[in-house]
Amino acid sequence: MTDFTASDAVPAPRKGSLLTQDARTKQRNAKEARFRMMGLVAVTIGLLSLVGLLTSILASGLSSFQQTYIELEVYLDPAKLDKTGNRNPEDIAKVSTFGYAPLIDAAMGAAIERVGAATDINAKAAGELISKEAPASLRDFVLANIDRIGETVQFDLLAAGRIDGFFKGRVTMETAALDRNISPEQLQLADQLKEAGILTTKFNWAFFTAPDASDTRPEAAGLGVAIIGSIYMMLIVLVLALPLGVAASIYLEEFAPKNRWTDLIEVNISNLAAVPSIVFGILGLAIFINMVGLPQSAPIVGGLVLTLMTLPTIIIATRAALKSVPPSIRDAALGVGASKMQAIFHHVLPLAMPGILTGAIIGLAQALGETAPLLLIGMVAFVREYPGGPPEGFFDPAAALPVQVYNWTQRGDPAFVERASGAIIVLLVFLVLMNIAAILLRRRFERRW
Amino acid sequence: MLFKSTVSALALTALAAGTAAARDNIQIAGSSTVLPYAAIVAEAFGENFEFPTPVVESGGSGAGRKKLCEGVGENTIDIANSSSRIKQSDIDLCASNGVTEIMEVRIGYDGIVFASDINGPSYAFTPADWHAALAAQVVKDGALADNTNKVWSDVRADLPGDEILAFVPGTKHGTREVFDEKVIIAGCEENGTYDAHLAANGGDEKAAEKACMALRTDGASIDIDGDYTETLARVDANKNGIGVFGLSFYQNNTDKLQVATMGGIEPSVETIASGEYPVSRPLFFYVKNAHLDVIPGMQEYIEFFVSDEIAGPDGPLAAYGLVSDPELAKTQEMVANRVPMGVLN
Repeated sequence: MTDFTASDAVPAPRKGSLLTQDARTKQRNAKEARFRMMGLVAVTIGLLSLVGLLTSILASGLSSFQQTYIELEVYLDPAKLDKTGNRNPEDIAKVSTFGYAPLIDAAMGAAIERVGAATDINAKAAGELISKEAPASLRDFVLANIDRIGETVQFDLLAAGRIDGFFKGRVTMETAALDRNISPEQLQLADQLKEAGILTTKFNWAFFTAPDASDTRPEAAGLGVAIIGSIYMMLIVLVLALPLGVAASIYLEEFAPKNRWTDLIEVNISNLAAVPSIVFGILGLAIFINMVGLPQSAPIVGGLVLTLMTLPTIIIATRAALKSVPPSIRDAALGVGASKMQAIFHHVLPLAMPGILTGAIIGLAQALGETAPLLLIGMVAFVREYPGGPPEGFFDPAAALPVQVYNWTQRGDPAFVERASGAIIVLLVFLVLMNIAAILLRRRFERRW
Repeated sequence: MLFKSTVSALALTALAAGTAAARDNIQIAGSSTVLPYAAIVAEAFGENFEFPTPVVESGGSGAGRKKLCEGVGENTIDIANSSSRIKQSDIDLCASNGVTEIMEVRIGYDGIVFASDINGPSYAFTPADWHAALAAQVVKDGALADNTNKVWSDVRADLPGDEILAFVPGTKHGTREVFDEKVIIAGCEENGTYDAHLAANGGDEKAAEKACMALRTDGASIDIDGDYTETLARVDANKNGIGVFGLSFYQNNTDKLQVATMGGIEPSVETIASGEYPVSRPLFFYVKNAHLDVIPGMQEYIEFFVSDEIAGPDGPLAAYGLVSDPELAKTQEMVANRVPMGVLN
């Protein structure tokens, strides 16, 4: 009975044609189409947010690469700068920057007269067009060139932040009317100076070289100290993390016996790579600063903390690179009589090098953008002195690029928003360069089997 | 392996620590309110003296004082900026770590202002209005009741009919203390809620003050834990919001904000100096005297900070919004003689 019913259950041959889809096929095809759509939507959302992010940063940050300068002929009045008249450097150094401000006001007045600008603002208000940084640059010049006191010297002085903002569209006549730091009359004067060619907008080299500046002179703030600090930290990370990481992975991958201990270490390395970076900051504060007694705000501490953070990344990348070298290479080397160490150092390591370097660069890029651990070890500070040359400079206070961004976003003067976005652009350019280097290395040297 | 590498990194740092030269820059940490002033002074100091520019860190008044009290030695800070007075607990901590002589330097006063979006209505407040608008409990028909005021005109009929939305500094800020004391508690006493709380707590003044300070949690009062730039962004996004700012921050953003009067007085450097404007506080920095002869330039920096050309009424600090101290001459004398602070009163 059962046999009979079974043979009876042979399915009827499928009807219809390949050209017309039945309901089930349609359903499956629709499912696939929906999935594709969702994928596209996901990619589009990702791209749109990236474009949005980049446009907002570029829109507010690109202007920081331009800076407004005012060209003034300043008479270095001996009556003000060298009251004794004996050109003694010590006496001249006693004149503080406050003593230089009147010289600039006078030079400004002379410039207004020369170009015949029609304005009824007083000398003090006209002097406010010039940055508060200007007396300091004037003083530096005089102290370096004492013999030029009494001459009229041409200076390219920074324009005040609000004036700079006016030519970048951040400050308008309407906002100036409400702003107690600038008046529409001052802006009109700035316009006239621009027409006369005294006021010019130039590429802002100082943004890359100058140190940070206080809240009263955003126009003078630059990334110099932060860039040096970041480079120092990357150097430390590279010098410490690369050899340590590579040595550790070669040992773990090639020599270590497979037992419970090495398993434990392996699990820990993977876990360490996932530890939030702020934890490394706390560790750095406790060990490097409080226990070892290293100085605060110094690149050495930042570098060490970032080294700990980058090590797992490098170890994992290096091990993956070593693993991808086919065992036949090792076997062949051993077969012709090479020792294990020779096989690894002469044959396996060179083949794994592109992968190792890529991993190291990506680890470095990650460390470069890291902010959280640096907050805890005093890198978020107002630092104006350039650190010395390495290695002593590693112990001098410095800032770092990402913390400089953080720092500037907290300032009261709106001009710092532009500076912060500019600093983000610089940081992004560094990161992109590093990632391109990683890609190029991989493209050029990677071998596939 | 990682352990090994950590150990070698440690060994290397230990080696390096031995070679680290004596510190020649002044290190300062503390209040983010004092930070801009300290940065201005540090910058001018670096320009005008042979000494390196001091390093100024922020991190909050309490954290700065704690760091100051960590001990004596080159890897501890020299000066702590503070927007509130040092506490007895700090002094005790200092003493237990060997920091016995601390000099208290008052640099001036900071005004706390209430500002709203420049295009919105203008406000004229009294502390009592703020308490009635933000407190968790207010007196209604002679009895304490939960605060249900929705718009400012509910609080007082001649205020604008805009929704109550205040961005107040979070509890970790020194500004909050002043806000609580000079606005909320003062307002509480002014509008009679304090007496009601006092009666409800059986005459316990501390408990009554605490009850006064409890702010409503229904979204009308929002704590801002970030800095003033965050408050500004919130006010920007909520046109009827009112933010609590420092005077200097407001003065740098007068094109976006309009300031409210408090008790009929408009905040300005003059009204705060004269004491007419009620919401202000002194700003301090605390100096570790033991470091004065160790860190080069420290005495000069402190004297420069309180000198007339810096902290005086025509100096750069006043231009940035600090209300200069009428007793500056006294401070200058104290600094010159390195007089450590006495017992807290």
